[in-house]
Amino acid sequence: MKTSRREFLQSGGALIVSFSLPLEILGQTTQLNPKYEELDAWLAVGADGMVTAYCGKVELGTGIRTAFGQLVADELDVPFDRITVLMGDTDLCPDQGATVGSNSMYRGGPQVRQAAAEARQTLLAMASTRFATPVETLSVKNGIISDANGRSVTYAELIGNRQFNRKLDQKVQIKAAEKLGVIGKSIPRVELPGKVFGSHAYVHNLRLPGILHGRVVRPPTPGAMLASVDESSVQNLPGNVRVLQKGGFVGVVADREEQAIRAANALKVTWKSGRTLPPMKDLPAAVRAVPAEDKAIYSSGEIDSGFSAARTTITAQYFVPYQMHASIGPSCAVADIGKDSGTLWSPTQSSFLTRNSIAAMLDMPADKLRLIWTEGSGCYGQNGADDCTADAALMSQLAGKPVRVQWMRHDEHGNEPKGMAMAMTVKGGLNENGDVIAWDYQVWSPPHSSRPSGDGGGNTLAGTQIGKPMRIVPVGADRNARCTYTFPNNRTTLHQSRESAALRASALRGLGSPQNTFANESFMDELAAQAKADPIAFRIKHLKDERAIAVLQEVARLSKWDARPSPQHARSVTGRGAGFCHYDNYATYVAVVVRVSIDIKTGKLRIPYVAVAHDCGLIVNPDGTRNQIEGNVIQAISRALLEEVQFDSRGVTSLDWNGYPIIRFQDVPEEIAISLINRPAEIMTGAGEATTSPIAAAIANAIFDATGKRIRSTPFSPQRLKAVLV
Amino acid sequence: MPITLTVNGKQHTVLAADDTPLLYVLRNELELNGPKFGCGLGQCGACTVHLGDVAIRSCSIPVSVVDQPITTIEGLGTADNPHPVQAAFIAEQAAQCGYCINGMVMTSAALLKQNPKPNEAEIRTALDGNLCRCGTHMRILRAVRRAAGMTA
Repeated sequence: MKTSRREFLQSGGALIVSFSLPLEILGQTTQLNPKYEELDAWLAVGADGMVTAYCGKVELGTGIRTAFGQLVADELDVPFDRITVLMGDTDLCPDQGATVGSNSMYRGGPQVRQAAAEARQTLLAMASTRFATPVETLSVKNGIISDANGRSVTYAELIGNRQFNRKLDQKVQIKAAEKLGVIGKSIPRVELPGKVFGSHAYVHNLRLPGILHGRVVRPPTPGAMLASVDESSVQNLPGNVRVLQKGGFVGVVADREEQAIRAANALKVTWKSGRTLPPMKDLPAAVRAVPAEDKAIYSSGEIDSGFSAARTTITAQYFVPYQMHASIGPSCAVADIGKDSGTLWSPTQSSFLTRNSIAAMLDMPADKLRLIWTEGSGCYGQNGADDCTADAALMSQLAGKPVRVQWMRHDEHGNEPKGMAMAMTVKGGLNENGDVIAWDYQVWSPPHSSRPSGDGGGNTLAGTQIGKPMRIVPVGADRNARCTYTFPNNRTTLHQSRESAALRASALRGLGSPQNTFANESFMDELAAQAKADPIAFRIKHLKDERAIAVLQEVARLSKWDARPSPQHARSVTGRGAGFCHYDNYATYVAVVVRVSIDIKTGKLRIPYVAVAHDCGLIVNPDGTRNQIEGNVIQAISRALLEEVQFDSRGVTSLDWNGYPIIRFQDVPEEIAISLINRPAEIMTGAGEATTSPIAAAIANAIFDATGKRIRSTPFSPQRLKAVLV
Repeated sequence: MPITLTVNGKQHTVLAADDTPLLYVLRNELELNGPKFGCGLGQCGACTVHLGDVAIRSCSIPVSVVDQPITTIEGLGTADNPHPVQAAFIAEQAAQCGYCINGMVMTSAALLKQNPKPNEAEIRTALDGNLCRCGTHMRILRAVRRAAGMTA
């Protein structure tokens, strides 16, 4: 399956169609491998003038395949439809770190853009030599360089199918904002028609000659050890069923998919009892009780004297339970592992690190294993994709044949790493002018990422089951723990526990930001109410960052915000609430207003209207940005209103869509109004996650506005709402 | 047992156990990858195809009981000759990851065949059993309205 870059170029890029990949960086700046310092690692021009851009970031449904193409088209001065973006193949693409943290445009985009700008400059220099005329006298349009005398040469003539052989020097200037033409346009998504005609190449569709269908059999309880496998329980089933077992890992393969499913259901496996989970009703206390290391996230002034000077002090506790990624397609991967080398087709977010982790699991050098990223179902963080890839790899190694593994619905619901349950306590003090003069924020959470990350092969379920060591990367719990408001005395503390209180967890869209922002933005509203101030004016009063103020002002304008304190004078069935987040304290600014209506009898909440003001710096594709914002809004409403992973002492009991409901068409808003604030001179900061963060608080604030009652735990189920409203 | 099926206007004879869900036959035997496995329980709609003119869940119907022609999204329209619903989904850019979109398109096409001018409530009701996790609902609703000629 090996394809050299040269062969790939000569093939005219025909291989491109479905195979690309990502990496995992976990919030760290990518140090480029020396081989990626070559321009040829990023870009190639074919003899036909077609351009291939090689990216380590991957398309997770967010539209970056299109957005990256726009970056290249604009900087290179080539029509957009001549650009092909090849993503996430460990043999062909540069390692740009994982596609995580809403940072594809922020971290990955500039690398791609810079490479395109340097390619253009190189081509100009080549034309300058050819025409014996200074570069300044040349102009470029549509991949054709012209001089003042009417001579012209195409990129294809200058470099087609040949290499640049030039190191990136990072000195070439990217285009000034006013010269951008493709960047900033709502170019339709390149892969979208395939998704609408049923022809898009998902990893689920991949079939290799002689492939076996595999299914996994996992214990119901975290940490349960394998006691015995009764192979006779499947020996009479059709399909050449084989049981594959290594250490605590158990899987089955069969000739046909339905045969493998039947065998996995029939196989009798006995597990030794694993961990006993705490009762769900005790989860908030359990989260706070896990042994933790205290980390100062932020400190200003002197917290005790701040509270001493306060006229009014209030405290509140907040809680967010475990939630799911809940991908519509269960994870799927294909592996073809030989004795000394192998290939993985995986929808992972992190081609290189997942490849490395699985190589360690297989006891194979990483450079002998190729991971070809192939699009899967939307993941919103670490769903089952990496685990399923490891399952396929191990089963292929054990079977000696290519294996396709698709998780069943209960596998995905039961075994995907969950979004972390978090507990927050905030104490605030107001002076006589209604200013916040003391703010003491505490959050209890373990780190949020257990994804493959240069570990010893154990950062997947299969790797753990065969006894490989795992490594947790300490990121995520403090994301947006520190709020953006300026208070004279602010102490923000993370109680970073060592392990999850009940369920295996990893990165879910926003990591700790939605939970922290739920607490921060709810509590700002509680203080505003205490100060009898308009919630948006109260926020602005405590902000210095002009971009933060701008999104709040814009969302107030957009939503025709009626400035007044909450709650309303008379108890109402409708209310409005605001929320704000400066995502990860460095990236996108977003402010939202939510309108709710409440059926007091049933506790059922409706959200007819959401307004969003969004500033992600330079906008590459406005419609793509809106699509991401709408998606964040709807998913965040679903998480706030409905979502809580159910479990008993033995494990997850939310094993299908009845056990873990998500939002449906009848309950999505009538309108999501969006105002994009474009700042062409600012860096691109992405739209994949930011809008999720302020939604839950805005809803809780709207409930308070309507009813005068405060709800401090998600989800805002009818039962919980009724209990609060009485 | 050989089973004969008409799919997208063509007759096929497949070898599969009687209780094999139609979805596996479509995907693995006929290589029609449009319908997707989502839950295998009839809860999410990703596997939706038309049985006659009716949208059904192909993950939950045994291939042996199929008694009418099947249409999959591949048979609904093509890039050169898209079904109005497909054209509308593209015009509204109504997809993110796209895994649910097969079900959205097929359910909407069946709705419009039965009720060419549905109102908003009827559209939402028809699509209520189809889950989307990316949160593309607003665009999907716009696309169905567009296909029904309710918006320009």
